Amino acid sequence: MKTIKTPGITHWKLQRISAIAMIPLVLWFVTSLMLTILKGYDSSINWLQSPFNATGLILLFGTLYFHASSGLQVVIEDYVHHEGLKIASLILIKLLSVLLGVLSILCVLKIYL
Amino acid sequence: MAEFALPKHSKIVKGKEYNLDTEVANPRKVNVYRWSPDDDENPRIDTYTIDLDQCGPMVLDALIKIKQEIDSSLTFRRSCREGICGSCSMNIDGTNTLACLKSIEDVKGDINIYPLPHMDVVKDLVPDLSKAYEQLTSVKPWLQSKTKPEDGKSRKQSPEQREKIDGLWECVLCFSCSTSCPSYWWNGDKYLGPAVLLQAYRWIADSRDENTDQRLEELEDSFKLYRCHTIMNCTKTCPKGLNPAKAIGEIKKLQLERK
Repeated sequence: MKTIKTPGITHWKLQRISAIAMIPLVLWFVTSLMLTILKGYDSSINWLQSPFNATGLILLFGTLYFHASSGLQVVIEDYVHHEGLKIASLILIKLLSVLLGVLSILCVLKIYL
Repeated sequence: MAEFALPKHSKIVKGKEYNLDTEVANPRKVNVYRWSPDDDENPRIDTYTIDLDQCGPMVLDALIKIKQEIDSSLTFRRSCREGICGSCSMNIDGTNTLACLKSIEDVKGDINIYPLPHMDVVKDLVPDLSKAYEQLTSVKPWLQSKTKPEDGKSRKQSPEQREKIDGLWECVLCFSCSTSCPSYWWNGDKYLGPAVLLQAYRWIADSRDENTDQRLEELEDSFKLYRCHTIMNCTKTCPKGLNPAKAIGEIKKLQLERK
């Protein structure tokens, strides 16, 4: 039996908190999607020009990529048993989620630049 | 990667058929996994037809009947025949359970019997549980205390304190739950599994034990405890009707409160 200990409560807690946070965020986003965004480019830009909507969207992106990467981390830890491959894919996933998260948030901010 | 397919030498082939000599009113086919370490052969499924009118009501009765009357080489563990010793755990009709508690009547069609899944096989229906026992030892499943009992003899518990270990002390350590858990299949070397975690919680929940914090600290590990993804196979399969998934949930709750 391996005895190297890595704490798990923080990861477990954050994964659940981000899941709960996404419930209202996703509900809000889907409603907005139906009501305004799907109506076309102009109404979407209009919608995003409200700082409240932009903040909501940035929070959603942040939570989404955080939750996705911590979920994928668990899947990789479960199934990838080759130590090198495991570390490489964990790093790749973290980097990709940061990249996509920053990119998405910048896209929202671009409206204001 | 986790292994999803059986290695070549583990592929199961069709084995021998043992039919009844005479027509009977109530025949039943029993398909049993057979493998011996003494030859180089692949595991096989032997089929025994038995007369249910001449057999006890439980699957264990059928196995004992086969061993006594048809094929004495059939190997399995059993002892108490009443669900207390936890020896005869095996996979019957697709579910891990105790052969002595599983009624033949509850099985529709042929009775398919395999050893507990994803464990090394010692012989036929006997799995190698030595790693699981090692994991059990690692959680120190005994009362630990620094203080002496008040009256010098016994440690007293109120009925409420005693109630907290109901649903935990009944575990007979048959490992039906751990071997039904996909997380334990893929990471059984690092994840402790539901049986051992239920035992760990049995001592955490015991008011007489004084080492609760140390026990929780030992379990605070991303693999030992948090490989449980609440799949609930453990609770579904437990032949004693216990709820290891709930025990694991309680440990996680206590970890949250500790930090």
